[in-house]
Amino acid sequence: MLGPDEVRRALTRIGHEILERTDGGREVVLLGIPTRGVPLAGRLAARLAQTEGINVPVGSLDITLYRDDLRLRPARALGRTEVPASGIDGKIVILVDDVLFSGRTVRAALDALGDIGRPRAVQLAVLIDRGHRELPIRPDYVGKNLPTSKREVVKVLLTETDGADSVTLLASGDSGEPDTGQSEAGQPGVVER
Amino acid sequence: MNRHLISAADLSAGEAVAILDTAEELARLAERPIPKLPTLRGRTVVNLFYEDSTRTRISFEAAAKRLSADVINFSAKGSSVAKGESLKDTALTLQAMGADAVVIRHSASGAPHRLAEWVKGSVVNAGDGTHEHPTQALLDAFTMRRRLGKLDGLRVAIVGDILHSRVARSNVWLLRTLGAEVTLVAPPTLLPVAVDTWPCLVSYDFSAVLPACDVVMMLRVQHERMTQAFFPSVREYSRRYGLDSDRIALLPPHAIVMHPGPMNRGVEIAADVADSPRSTIVEQVTNGVAVRMAVLYLLLGGSTGSDQAAARAVEAAERVGAAL
Repeated sequence: MLGPDEVRRALTRIGHEILERTDGGREVVLLGIPTRGVPLAGRLAARLAQTEGINVPVGSLDITLYRDDLRLRPARALGRTEVPASGIDGKIVILVDDVLFSGRTVRAALDALGDIGRPRAVQLAVLIDRGHRELPIRPDYVGKNLPTSKREVVKVLLTETDGADSVTLLASGDSGEPDTGQSEAGQPGVVER
Repeated sequence: MNRHLISAADLSAGEAVAILDTAEELARLAERPIPKLPTLRGRTVVNLFYEDSTRTRISFEAAAKRLSADVINFSAKGSSVAKGESLKDTALTLQAMGADAVVIRHSASGAPHRLAEWVKGSVVNAGDGTHEHPTQALLDAFTMRRRLGKLDGLRVAIVGDILHSRVARSNVWLLRTLGAEVTLVAPPTLLPVAVDTWPCLVSYDFSAVLPACDVVMMLRVQHERMTQAFFPSVREYSRRYGLDSDRIALLPPHAIVMHPGPMNRGVEIAADVADSPRSTIVEQVTNGVAVRMAVLYLLLGGSTGSDQAAARAVEAAERVGAAL
């Protein structure tokens, strides 16, 4: 659905929108949600440095321990949470993830944020919005709106984690994953039982 | 990971590393302003302690509470056990109360194994007789990895009362699984009969072992388990197998000194050694909470037996929803 050029352009556009809507990126903290939100947050920070010459703090926020579906699967491996030293109190935190689907990941991320500090505002940037929200959550910055059926799986690959940038749409049968597939979970590492 | 954690010898290298990695992330979360996590909300953890314990029980309690589990503490003193209730009946009582996990310490080796046959929840061994104490070995391995950056190829000396030590046994197996090389140092009377079948080396000469050590782990002499005289005098034991500042000088500069506690200062470890920067004794206690959180999370954080039926129902409902 998207190749490397489209991914690059989408991120550039999100970068510009962030600058416009946060008064030039002042007081912004970018927090990527593992796995693929983390490199995306890093790329957005690089865009902001390029276009405006500002260094925005970047971190990661693992939401595994806050998930509402923990009991549906064996315990999962944890991702890394790395909050910038400057903290998030009074800042504009922008959560970054690859795919927005049910909204449950973002709900968990909001809970996790609450245990770290009290941001002035929280915004959400996603590369793909595939619809089918199950919670009252909407993104502030979207790379691409991708209409999908619930059975399909959106697969986002990034150079940092997978060797190349691409976004593809698979029928759920192709991946063997249920429709809460890896793109939403962003968490492929499941502990063997 | 299995449903229970009974023995460090049961853990594969992959499982052990998964526990240590999980503990690493959880230890970082402990530095936040609010170290509490909602992960085990609604789960009940019972601490079933038939033997006295300070740090292990408190450590498990802190770990469970940080993960928002409900904790019920049960000590044999002042309970129905004092009135003659058997382990099995106590287990069935806990079962009836809906315990998702039972953390058990017992003076009889094998008690957790038996308990696991009687309860539906997970059983975590917090020390059984002279058999095993797997979470202690895990927190020791975690401490070594944090201090020295790796486990593979580390040379570890475990010194003292090996015969009565479940900590030594668990460490030998776990460290072996993780690629470290263990040497047990003790007087012959304080070594188990079958120690030659253990995957480790044995030495009677402490000073000779020290120059090639990355880690020295000192063990307490467990007088309470001793029914006979194992060495002529405490003074002689301390001279031959105690860690004092003269012996410390024989260690390589990077080497660390560990002790599972409680320690007898002046017997197996000199006071100035215990308080030196090389000593990880206080760190071990801190790390213990993170490691026990990891164990509880991996055992209870995902689907457990009682959840699987519910999970199947949800999945079926989702499939129906998706088809519509």
